[in-house]
Amino acid sequence: MERTLSQLRPGERAVVRQVGTDGPMGRRFLDLGLIAGTPVECLGRSPWGDPSAYAIRGAVIALRARDCAGVLVEP
Amino acid sequence: MGLTGSAMGRGAVDGGLELHRNPGERLAALVGNPNVGKSTVFNGLTGLHQHTGNWPGKTVAGAQGRCASERQPYLLVDLPGAYSLLARSAEEAVTRDFLCFQRPNAAVVVCDATGLERNLNLVLQVLETGTPTVVCVNLLDEARRRGVRVDLAELSRCLGVPVVGVVARKRRSLRQVPAALDTLLEGRWQGEPLRPRYVPAVEEAAAAVEAALAPRLAGRLDGRWLALRLLEGDRELLRSAADFLGWDPAADGAVRAALARAREVLRAAGLDREALRRELASTPVLTAQVVARRTVSDAGRPGSRADRILTGRFTAFPVMLALLAVIIYLTMVGANYPSELLSRAFAWLGGQLAAALAGAPWWLRGALVDGAYRVVSSVVAVMLPPMAIFFPLFTLLEDAGYLPRVAYNLDKPFEKCRACGKQALTMMMGLGCNAAGVVGCRIIDSPRERLLAAVTNGLMPCNGRFPTLLALVGLLGIGGGAAALAMTGLLVLAVAATLGATALLSRTVLRGMPSSFALELPPYRRPQLGQILLRSLLDRTVFVLGRAAAVAAPAGLLLWILAHVTVGGASLLAHGAALLDPLGHLLGMDGVILLAFLLGLPANEIVLPIAVMVYSAQGTLGALGGLDHLAAVLTANGWTAVTVLCVVLFSLFHWPCSTTLLTIRRETGRWRWAALAAALPTAIGAALCAAVAALARLMG
Repeated sequence: MERTLSQLRPGERAVVRQVGTDGPMGRRFLDLGLIAGTPVECLGRSPWGDPSAYAIRGAVIALRARDCAGVLVEP
Repeated sequence: MGLTGSAMGRGAVDGGLELHRNPGERLAALVGNPNVGKSTVFNGLTGLHQHTGNWPGKTVAGAQGRCASERQPYLLVDLPGAYSLLARSAEEAVTRDFLCFQRPNAAVVVCDATGLERNLNLVLQVLETGTPTVVCVNLLDEARRRGVRVDLAELSRCLGVPVVGVVARKRRSLRQVPAALDTLLEGRWQGEPLRPRYVPAVEEAAAAVEAALAPRLAGRLDGRWLALRLLEGDRELLRSAADFLGWDPAADGAVRAALARAREVLRAAGLDREALRRELASTPVLTAQVVARRTVSDAGRPGSRADRILTGRFTAFPVMLALLAVIIYLTMVGANYPSELLSRAFAWLGGQLAAALAGAPWWLRGALVDGAYRVVSSVVAVMLPPMAIFFPLFTLLEDAGYLPRVAYNLDKPFEKCRACGKQALTMMMGLGCNAAGVVGCRIIDSPRERLLAAVTNGLMPCNGRFPTLLALVGLLGIGGGAAALAMTGLLVLAVAATLGATALLSRTVLRGMPSSFALELPPYRRPQLGQILLRSLLDRTVFVLGRAAAVAAPAGLLLWILAHVTVGGASLLAHGAALLDPLGHLLGMDGVILLAFLLGLPANEIVLPIAVMVYSAQGTLGALGGLDHLAAVLTANGWTAVTVLCVVLFSLFHWPCSTTLLTIRRETGRWRWAALAAALPTAIGAALCAAVAALARLMG
């Protein structure tokens, strides 16, 4: 089952399969170490439901749903 | 939140990096990811009091200080935090350009032991530039508490550079840093720095370009690094490189031929430009992963239970408002007594001063005692105590790591206004000092969103206006608790105005859609209680006293002269006030207070003292001091609750101080943004005041 990162619910873990995001955000993902094969966990959502906080390579990073729509994760 | 002299005063305004290097000193650059305790390391090494905050992007300009080993003095430059040298934001570009083109003798890369893997990515990129490097693993105590162990010896073997483990809060552990720099720079280091190895096609292409570059570079830049950057084709970086070298490597015949060959090799391997970028960025990440697996026992699990409450759907905003209200309440209650004490002491000292000058001509005594001394002493008595309480409390929250959570909670509203959630951080910095807040806008990547944040920063009441507001709200006589709630309400109003103005600008002069957003939420840390109290108290005191002397004294002197030079039977001051009186009344105030706002352009702290002094100079009341006296003077001059309300609103929303306006001009490069930043809050304030005044008249 393949989903985007933003579809991950709080508490769920997954592994990044593909980062299809180009432009500045795509490069920011690379800086953060978000590449294919990276394990991620959704830690929670902000009070308005967006952005969400993700555990990425030992750090907690807040991302907006529309920005991580291009990041595919599995399972 | 910019609570120190360096972040608030001239330090915040002087954004350029001009090195003050003594002969014999070696230059070392301090780099690291945001929020790894880099500034704490810098302070520990140099003894400087640079304010450190537990949120990403604190160092925006770059500070310099000195440290020494037993043999060698070093000039240390603290560079803005960067996740990568493949710069994305203005502050990251500062770091990259310094590291690559100022050619420091060495780099000290500060890493966070609790998240070493991500930090190693930057270490590897620094090693790739060919800069001699010392890796400084910080926060070892924090890591141990979470059961994370780092094998420093193995890390040093893997990376091929000296590695020192420190606990930056314990200064003794930092002595290893200059010692390691000595080892490296005196040629006593044997290791070979690790460089990421790319896929064969990239290695072949890079080698071809490097060979063509080598004869002309003469060691001024690392050949392999420049070759990779040429292949990558980052125009801005290559322009900087050409400026540094004095010749454009991309225009050199031999290099161009080599580049063409290299691109052929890449194309044959199926690597287009985007795929190449991906390869160049992901290889260090994967290399870091391998190194981390060999050196870190257990990476631990990030995230904190406190976030469930502090960013929870139903709890986040109540907690935020409650924290704000408690801080304001403590400030108001706590400031009363010292304020009273100070004003009594100043009144006594003023009497002594007047007596000592009894023999001097009346105009000299008047100008010095009634002019300069009185304005200075009332600035200090009214402004200093609340600042000295509010800011340590606020710093406590900052040090604990709460502020990024506020940005996280507020991102959605800012996105709706087509802006960036990080604007919440610069907005809170504005609470400390608007000029510092404007400089802080560099943490925002998109130029449009950066402008939005800079232009609207003045809508947050800075430390100059904050005590004025406290004093005015105190005049309403509604009791401590209600006054604290009223102040909290005013701050909520300021945030609402910021959002409204941002939304308006996003749909008019700064039209555009929100860009992307990635914000790190650093782990909560136990605040360094004693140090915060001592530092922000001392720094505040020194700063306020310095500014009082520099701005309030000449202003007081000038005012006294204006009040005593008469033309046509009335003083210049009275003429000015009379001229402004109709406009003042339209806005629910009077000419005097409007004049005080105008004269207060250099520093908002002096607005209220000026107003009181003008009233006094008109002969209504001589004494001035604490809140009671203030109330007496203002009531005697016809102030009502409506006047107080209008002055509160106008003090919240009017032009920012001249320092802030100059900073906006410098940061944005254009006067028109500074003009907009002055016009916008003034329009809001005038409209609100006129509405309140009209309503008051209607209701009689």
